[in-house]
Amino acid sequence: MIQLIVFLPLLAALIAGLGNRAIGNTAAKAVTTGALLVSCALSWPVFIGYLAGDGAATVVPVLQFIHSGDLMVDWSLRVDTLTAVMLVVVTSVSALVHVYSWGYMAEDPSQPRFFAYLSLFTFAMLMLVTSDNLIQMFFGWEGVGLASYLLIGFWYEKPSANAAAIKAFVVNRVGDLGFMIGIFATFMVFGTVSIPAILEAAPGMVGTTIGFAGGRFEVMTVICLLLFLGACGKSAQLGLHTWLPDAMEGPTPVSALIHAATMVTAGVFMVCRLSPMFEASETALTVVTVVGAATALFAATVATVQTDIKRVIAYSTCSQLGYMFFAAGVGAYGAAMFHLFTHAFFKALLFLAAGSVIHAMHHEQDMRYYGALRTRIPVTYWAMIAGTLAITGVGIAGVFGFAGFYSKDAILEAAFASGTEVGRTAFAVGVVAALLTSFYSWRLIFMTFFGPARWTQSEHIQHALHDAHHGEAHGHDHAAVDGTGGYHPHESPLNMLVPLIVLSLGAVFAGFVFVGPFLDAEQGVAFWQGSLSFDAHLMHEMHLVPTWVKLSATAAMLAGLLVAWAAYIRSPDFPAKFVDHFRGLHNFLIHKWYFDELYNLVFVKGGFALGRLMWRRGDQGTIDRFGPDGMSAVVALSSRLNARMQSGYIYTYALLMLLGLAGAAAWLIAS
Amino acid sequence: MNGIPILSIMLLVPMVAALACLYASAGNARRIALGATLLDLALGALMWAQFDVSGAAPQWQFVEFHPIFGRFAWALGIDGIALMLIMLTVFLMPICIAASWQSIQKRVPEYMALFLVVEVLMIGTFSAQDLFLFYIFFEAGLIPMYLIIGIWGGPRRIYASYKFFLYTLLGSVLMLIAMLWMAHEAGTTEIPVLLNHNFPVGAQNWLWLAFFASFAVKVPMWPVHTWLPDAHVEAPTAGSVILAGVMLKLGGYGFIRFSVPMFPQASEALIWVILSLSMIAVVYTSLVALVQADMKKLIAYSSVAHMAIVTIGLFAFNQQGLEGAMIVMLSHGLVSGALFLCVGVIYDRLHTREIDRYGGLAENMPRYALFFMLFTMASIGLPGTSGFVGELLSLMGIYQVSSIATVVCTTGIILGAAYMLYLYRRIVFGALTKPDVKAMPDLSKREIAFLLPIALAVLWMGIYPESFLRPMRADVATLVARVAQAKPIGDAQLAVSTVEPADAGAEGAHQ
Repeated sequence: MIQLIVFLPLLAALIAGLGNRAIGNTAAKAVTTGALLVSCALSWPVFIGYLAGDGAATVVPVLQFIHSGDLMVDWSLRVDTLTAVMLVVVTSVSALVHVYSWGYMAEDPSQPRFFAYLSLFTFAMLMLVTSDNLIQMFFGWEGVGLASYLLIGFWYEKPSANAAAIKAFVVNRVGDLGFMIGIFATFMVFGTVSIPAILEAAPGMVGTTIGFAGGRFEVMTVICLLLFLGACGKSAQLGLHTWLPDAMEGPTPVSALIHAATMVTAGVFMVCRLSPMFEASETALTVVTVVGAATALFAATVATVQTDIKRVIAYSTCSQLGYMFFAAGVGAYGAAMFHLFTHAFFKALLFLAAGSVIHAMHHEQDMRYYGALRTRIPVTYWAMIAGTLAITGVGIAGVFGFAGFYSKDAILEAAFASGTEVGRTAFAVGVVAALLTSFYSWRLIFMTFFGPARWTQSEHIQHALHDAHHGEAHGHDHAAVDGTGGYHPHESPLNMLVPLIVLSLGAVFAGFVFVGPFLDAEQGVAFWQGSLSFDAHLMHEMHLVPTWVKLSATAAMLAGLLVAWAAYIRSPDFPAKFVDHFRGLHNFLIHKWYFDELYNLVFVKGGFALGRLMWRRGDQGTIDRFGPDGMSAVVALSSRLNARMQSGYIYTYALLMLLGLAGAAAWLIAS
Repeated sequence: MNGIPILSIMLLVPMVAALACLYASAGNARRIALGATLLDLALGALMWAQFDVSGAAPQWQFVEFHPIFGRFAWALGIDGIALMLIMLTVFLMPICIAASWQSIQKRVPEYMALFLVVEVLMIGTFSAQDLFLFYIFFEAGLIPMYLIIGIWGGPRRIYASYKFFLYTLLGSVLMLIAMLWMAHEAGTTEIPVLLNHNFPVGAQNWLWLAFFASFAVKVPMWPVHTWLPDAHVEAPTAGSVILAGVMLKLGGYGFIRFSVPMFPQASEALIWVILSLSMIAVVYTSLVALVQADMKKLIAYSSVAHMAIVTIGLFAFNQQGLEGAMIVMLSHGLVSGALFLCVGVIYDRLHTREIDRYGGLAENMPRYALFFMLFTMASIGLPGTSGFVGELLSLMGIYQVSSIATVVCTTGIILGAAYMLYLYRRIVFGALTKPDVKAMPDLSKREIAFLLPIALAVLWMGIYPESFLRPMRADVATLVARVAQAKPIGDAQLAVSTVEPADAGAEGAHQ
């Protein structure tokens, strides 16, 4: 069964990818989508089994992999509660994205390639979540990286897409450096890379130190931080986040699947999977908390000034991943996974809905050229509203809430309840980020669906109008009146709307339905069954936090909504005034805290300059100059000198003979 | 099976074919060469199938011993390490012949004959059990390669071939002197005996350095690598394939066959040389690769970086490091060979190696794009391809010796991704605008026929490396045991820390 779930997408990817133009669009799409629907249908019973609490962890061996000395690595598929959660997330979102792409990619010339990549991605992601050892996890880790690279650069004629794809791969590799060295250190310390064996031995390592790069540190701190570097790369945490916004160059369904719901959460999954290791190092957990909280805040601030609809959601993803990390950092792994679970639904929904908007607006992605779309694309509008209610965490405690209400509030409460200084700080930062989240989410809604239509300023729309109204004059008169330019956005086809509706259900109900098993102190222990470090005590403490803590998230949400409403509905000229007034701050945010500029200068320009220097000055200017070229020059010179001495004049030879004799005599006497 | 001298036959087949080629027409020479190399591949496969990997098997198999004069003997025999490298050689040879099928039109019989001679010499080097037989095969390989570059090479072929010759010869003189001393000291030239001979510790450093001079050039290690980019750039495609695929492995083979087991104390004392040169090589040549405008030069520099991962693995003194180094060698042989073939494919169409002349090939050459992507990913070391297994093991091995070296060398995975993806992006991606590039046809059947086997081998080694690890396991274990025993007591600077739970002040993981 689990073999089918994992390998069907691979098989489909191979058929669609290698068959490509030979089997045609429809066959390729049907094979891949069919495979994913089957995988999804098989995954839910597995998950439900674990919900019912009747499943223990199982490991299905597949094939021998690397055996070298003490290192024993095999391909195998591990299923436990944590895997089951990821299985349903991955296969459900992937299946829906496959279906959605029938509509979204309908006019693309290379659809088999697209669907093959999507399925390949799903396979790699499933290998990641079912891994029983660190090396197979790394296989999945890199496999999703490859798929992400291929899909970001799917439209390979676009230079920006290629640049973004390379950036994503290389930045991720920086994280992978940490992951790999973490694996080496793990093997050296534990003598194995099998996850259950490591987790069992990890607590015994507390207090042991290891030498690393000249210093001496706690073993578990070194290993966890190295692995966490990998998590930071994949999950776009502060410092290694720069690839994620650029990844929006890929087609929107890709953003929904890879850069929102699944791949980017791999880092969170890894930390949860290895939670007993992280529990063994206080320092590592503090770092995780700080990085998570900092990312949550940083990304939220940047999201408030973005005008590209996808980039707003991308920064939002980055920020939400930060929430998951600081949840893990304070020990609330259940809450981290719960937020991962709900986030997958509502964030995939937001992206797919954004895709539907983009589809309706003829590839225009700039929200400044949107407006008034509420009545034109009502299904998309309501889906977007559902997603926004979920992400901003709307709900009333004890009655009903949208998905994010349960998961995000749980994270904030757990951070507060953890009682540590770092936890409390993370809580405060989280509340501020929640306010910003609400602000940018509603800003997106208001700019897109409310206010007057601002479509005519868009080049994309003008192209569409030009094509449609070629030779007709009345369209332009119309434009002057209401800003629509006579353009008629159409609601997306059914194959795009159905996934939106299904995900909307997830965004509305996922929190309410699943909060018990994921978070409840008693149910949680039965549900997780030790597949992550479930801290029942913390989950219990969470409910005992003061009322103001419980209300703070809702208050932040309302405040954000109010500000967004005031700035984008009540007085639409306010944002411009604000920008005028705080130009410095705005510049700082619009340049995304100048990370890209800095990295570009130091690493990209620096790397190329250093390479050129080593090539010209090092290889050519030093090694060759004094090495082979120098040597041959010396030989050539000395042979020329030699040749000149063979002059044919007796007196030259006589002089040389005399000098030689004198020299020989001198040597004899001296010795 | 033991009665048949299969190694001698494998040497004889290409030798006879080489002579036959000289007297054949161009067309026949091609066919003879292909036939002979395929026959050798079949013999190699037979030998692999017959190779005994069980625990009870002797270390040296398919042994032949015929004294010729004095101490000199026709002594052949292989262990698992040599077997794998011979397999690499016989696997790449028919591919080289197929790749030269159309692109070589000048002096075809001589060209084919030289390739067959190369095959003889490479197999000879890997199977020689006599010190001087090894030396002859090892050094003679220089001659056909020198001719291949010098006759069928590009415009600067004379410069490149002289540079190649100069570098390689310099080291080999020192190696010969060391070998003469060793034969005198140990009283034998049999390699299996020498492997267990304990040379005086005082002499080991000098011997080690003499061998190092030869092997470091062959590998090549920084800073004696500058012959490689020039040789590759000027060599014909198949020449590059054999150069990168097999000849660079001679250096690595030398280290694992001579330097490490024969001079363990010196290997330990001089490990800092290997580690520091390898660390420099990874970072330096990767950055240099990044700024190359010539495809072949870029891949040549990347070879230097990859071979640095081999050298650190070889000196890790443990199973993972040594097996990793071997797998990197095999993988690099396949992958860099395939990358040079990929370059050759488009060079044959447009006759330029300048990267910027291409672009957008994904559009008109989708099959090519797929193969090139696979080999690019294998070069980057993506898990699932051969490159990953070797890199992982090799770096894992060296981590137990030096964490600093590991951190520096692992940056190769970042830099490697940067220069390879940047190369791929400029050749295959982007808009297809140039008219002559637009006119390039996709892979022909012949081209698929020589790329597909490499692709399958790369995936095989990446997904089920056990096939390749198993034959070497016992031999590497013997080597590790040999090195461990020879370790002088109290040499703490290389001692790997084994962290015990109770011991908070355990010895460091690095020097």
